[in-house]
Amino acid sequence: MPARRRKKALDSSAMMVKRGGPGGPRAVGTGMKLDPKTLRRLVGYIFKDYKLRFFVVFVCIIVNALAGVAGSLFLKELIDVHIGGMLEAKASGLTPDASPLVGALIKMGCIYLAGIIAAFLQQRIMVTISQGVQKSIRDEMFEKMQRLPISYFDRNTHGDIMSHYTNDIDTLRQMLSQSIPQAFSSVITIVSVFFSMCILSLPLTGFVIASLVVMMMITGKIAGKSGKFFVAQQTSIAEVNGYIEEMINGQKVVKVFNHEKPAKEAFDELNEELYVNAREANGFANILGPINNNLGHLQYALIAVLGGVLAINGVGGMKLGDIAAFLQLSRSFTMPINQIVQQFNFIIMALAGAKRIFALIDEKPEVDDGYVTLVNAKVGANGDIEETDEHTGMWAWKHPHGTGGVTYTPLKGEVTMNEVDFGYVEDKIVLHDVTLYADPGQKVAFVGSTGAGKTTITNLINRFYDIADGKIRYDGININKIKKADLRRSLGMVLQATNLFTGTVRENIRFGKLDATDEEIVAAAKLANADDFIRRLPQGYDTMLTENGAQLSQGQRQLIAIARAAIADPPVMILDEATSSIDTRTEEIVSKGMDSLMNGRTVFVIAHRLSTIKNSDVIMVLEQGRIIERGNHEKLISEKGRYYKLYTGAFEK
Amino acid sequence: MIKKLLRSVREFKLVSVLTPLFMIGEVVMEVIIPLLMTQLVDNGIEGNGGAGDMNVILLMGGALAVCCLISLFMGFAGAKTGAKASMGFARNLRKDMYYRIQDFSFANIDKFSTASLVTRLTTDVTRVQDAYQMILRIAVRAPIMLIFSLIMSFIINVELSLVFVAVIPVLAVGLFVIMKFVHPVFERVFKRYDTLNNVVKENVSGMRVVKAFVREDYEIGKFHEISGDIYKDFSFAEKVLAFNAPLMQLCAYGGMIAISWLGANLIVFDGTLTTGQLMALITYAMQILMNLMMLSMIFVMVTMSRASAERICEVLDEESDIKSPAGAPASEVANGAIEFRNVKFEYKKGSGKYALSDINISIRSGETIGIIGGTGSSKSTLVQLIPRLYDVSEGSVIVGGKDVREYDIETLRDAVAMVLQKNTLFSGTIKDNLMWGKLDATDEEMTEACKLAQADGFIREFPEGYDTYIEQDGNNVSGGQKQRLCIARALMKHPKILILDDSTSAVDTATDAKIRQAFREKIPDTTKLIIAQRISSVMDADRIIVLDGGKVVDFGTHDELMQSSAIYREVYESQQKGSESVDEAAAAIGERGDE
Repeated sequence: MPARRRKKALDSSAMMVKRGGPGGPRAVGTGMKLDPKTLRRLVGYIFKDYKLRFFVVFVCIIVNALAGVAGSLFLKELIDVHIGGMLEAKASGLTPDASPLVGALIKMGCIYLAGIIAAFLQQRIMVTISQGVQKSIRDEMFEKMQRLPISYFDRNTHGDIMSHYTNDIDTLRQMLSQSIPQAFSSVITIVSVFFSMCILSLPLTGFVIASLVVMMMITGKIAGKSGKFFVAQQTSIAEVNGYIEEMINGQKVVKVFNHEKPAKEAFDELNEELYVNAREANGFANILGPINNNLGHLQYALIAVLGGVLAINGVGGMKLGDIAAFLQLSRSFTMPINQIVQQFNFIIMALAGAKRIFALIDEKPEVDDGYVTLVNAKVGANGDIEETDEHTGMWAWKHPHGTGGVTYTPLKGEVTMNEVDFGYVEDKIVLHDVTLYADPGQKVAFVGSTGAGKTTITNLINRFYDIADGKIRYDGININKIKKADLRRSLGMVLQATNLFTGTVRENIRFGKLDATDEEIVAAAKLANADDFIRRLPQGYDTMLTENGAQLSQGQRQLIAIARAAIADPPVMILDEATSSIDTRTEEIVSKGMDSLMNGRTVFVIAHRLSTIKNSDVIMVLEQGRIIERGNHEKLISEKGRYYKLYTGAFEK
Repeated sequence: MIKKLLRSVREFKLVSVLTPLFMIGEVVMEVIIPLLMTQLVDNGIEGNGGAGDMNVILLMGGALAVCCLISLFMGFAGAKTGAKASMGFARNLRKDMYYRIQDFSFANIDKFSTASLVTRLTTDVTRVQDAYQMILRIAVRAPIMLIFSLIMSFIINVELSLVFVAVIPVLAVGLFVIMKFVHPVFERVFKRYDTLNNVVKENVSGMRVVKAFVREDYEIGKFHEISGDIYKDFSFAEKVLAFNAPLMQLCAYGGMIAISWLGANLIVFDGTLTTGQLMALITYAMQILMNLMMLSMIFVMVTMSRASAERICEVLDEESDIKSPAGAPASEVANGAIEFRNVKFEYKKGSGKYALSDINISIRSGETIGIIGGTGSSKSTLVQLIPRLYDVSEGSVIVGGKDVREYDIETLRDAVAMVLQKNTLFSGTIKDNLMWGKLDATDEEMTEACKLAQADGFIREFPEGYDTYIEQDGNNVSGGQKQRLCIARALMKHPKILILDDSTSAVDTATDAKIRQAFREKIPDTTKLIIAQRISSVMDADRIIVLDGGKVVDFGTHDELMQSSAIYREVYESQQKGSESVDEAAAAIGERGDE
């Protein structure tokens, strides 16, 4: 397999990503810094579809924050104006008038009500925005993924790609629906509280600011420490997860070798390391709360004392109500700052995830400059080929020309390769100078050792990869001119890795032709020799397959894959015979299925069975990316070259 | 369930108890602080007949500062012990689960999928750990704070405190209704997430198929549908949850207004309340509401982690069904003789679906036995009974003259080396992998085993030889090389019985023959059981077992079977006709390349 060679080339980088694996948001590798570009882009998503809503949210947050501040300020009014006033009235023998208080309370009630409504609206709208943005990012990511070239999936481990959909999206969700609104409302509260405090007492505000600076310094120090351990924790998590995954995958081998003890010891070591890092990271993160909280208390006490001193000495016209209100405000001042600090780590982590998501979205998609399309055709009255909307069973390539004319070439299934060179990485050519011709209906077999380039050649025909040099023509048309979707539709493929999807057997076969009737499905299954066993399944064609058809045997999976290809009925087939051991009887059934599939089509087969090879019209013997021998079985045997050695070698006793 | 989990707390019991104590200490301080505030205002600022008493202010201020420091210390200590307790608990949970899995028998392993075991050990543990920390630090703190604050406010003024009595039930009912609505939706959402992830997983691994069939748009449609469902459900759940904050504020603000009005009246008209007391009351009101909010948060978290806790317990509860016998188990396997006596085996007890039945075979020590049969004929099952990877349902398997159930399991498995059909190499060097067979193996021993398995040649061709790094699952060596490394690893054990379960399928016939020849010459006393699809791999064995439908249908030498066994003959002939595999031969030639 070429995968092996590729792996080696990418060895070091592959090793690095591999360890990452799924599980837990990954380390904030780039250090604890906000990434403005990613943030801007994320905000862009919000503004794209939710501009008005976002504006409403913005207003709501302000209203809500102001309502909170008004509440604190009201305390001053309550104590100084109303209670104080009434007490004075009482002291001077008058009947205290409670009606101003009633009025003030009604006014306050209205303000509070506005705040509550604002909070409600803000929350509801934010749900729509955060879920909506999440959905569009998720959908965009998946759509994009579908358009990526195969090489992307070679470069990235499946676990890594998966984690974009799980971890990265999840942290993003939390950030959108919690962190950002909270941080936002915190900022507004801070600003409005700051001004209110200034109005109440400038000296006390100065004191609050000073103590705030101290608080921030301490917080910053601790956050830095905990950040370091959080990074270490993420690395440890990845390591432990990786180890667990590997060991549990090989659990049966562990048993057979009595290897439980060393497996436990190695695990303990990693587990201990994770524990230490997690303990430190969380310990530091945990103390932030109490520290800020109590610094807040301390500040509270100091303000009380200071304010008391000021009030007693009558400095700056301080009154008791001022102190009460100020104390309340100072709490509303430190709390949002605490919140911002706590959200900060999280926002950075989420942005790192968003960055990875955007990296996927920004990947270069598969290029497709093709303009030749595949259309239903019929032979017109004058004997020419005409395009038609009906499904005629006859296909033609529609080839528009620059001059405005259109020519139709009937789809026959003739494939030629001319001096083709190819490398997975630019400077490492793995296929050299490959030339081959396949006439319609011919069967071409590729034979050669692992890594000789068999699979690679077939991957070039359907343009999973693009060639570096040379030409591949399909019915005389350069395949670069054919639209990829149409090219692939004309090619059937049965791969070794069967990849069945979660769904019924019927749905899996229908995958090959979405509008297939039930009869067509049964017919395809019969052709593939799969009908028999499918009928014997508990629910026949409606049996649910999960986990790549885990409940079926390897041979049965293959039969369904053959039926899936058969129903599409393409003129050209690419087959990769299974190497894995199926027993002789099943293999016979599978090969019968394969044989009927090959009948009447141009076939490229990566052959492992001698019977397939012998029946081929032409055999290509590949070695290290070159065709070293070609011809039919008899010719190659008589040449006594590599093929002869192979053929006899297989039977040497 | 909770008891089961708590067993993993162990050495973190002390910190687990200390954490809530510290939290209580912090709470007490936080309750005292507003009290002192009252004193400060009433007797300090307003004291001395309204002129202010500097001494009281300083005294109370000092007391306040001391309380803050104590509270700080408590909070600090609680933070540290809380982290230690919960992370330690998680460590122990992981360890207990992992150890438990190590003790699983094959039957236990079959019951859980690998992916689910991994999630249980990772994500689920994290959820439980977070919930544990939450409970230790906040679940204790919040209700105590709540109660303290309530008591304090009642002490200050009973009438005003009745406001809380009115507000709290409203809040509680509101929260309860919200949770009631939200919980089932969240459960559904998590299931939908599983579906979504499954679609992504299948697409990532099946991208070639999707592209080959030009089904990108079809898959996108499928994805959109699920993604839309999640959007709908999640939005619904969160929109219901969105009632939470306004409800809180409604109660908070309502309470404030009520207290303001009543408080003002009490101060002015009744004179039963001081201004300082009113301020303290308002502070308590805030604390009560804050803690109610905390409690609702904890409630959500704990319900969410409940599912995880259940999944963890499933692993911890799983009892390994294969254990060494009690008392003094046999600690030596005399020789490699094997006997199956009336063996019946079913994978699910009581299912009546016997994978093996009426097995009666006797194998002499040192014999080479081939085993052949179609898919589902239970070849692997048969040999897995020998090292007690599964236990027989009826009858007995006798190794070296003793029932396998009489041996200490480690002794038995050390004597029986098995190369599994689905075999794995582990990330590490070739040497690391070989050492699985024998932990203190010397280089000579390794070379010896590799020579036997015909692996020495290609290993030496690697630039780093025996120190070549093998990637997870042996992804950087070919199938045939991997199989030979696995055989060498098994040989390292110097076993009395060697079982190869279809372990040379990717090795070319010539090399395969060389391996068998080496076995014959170098380890003649080891009993060798070889399962194969290729008839050439077994035809030179001393005797060959033909299995069909879980029964031994024929047992004899190649020549005898050619005479007597229809199945054997059929397989032989079909393979001679040329459905033989050649690509491995090609691989071999390719490797020998330019010789």
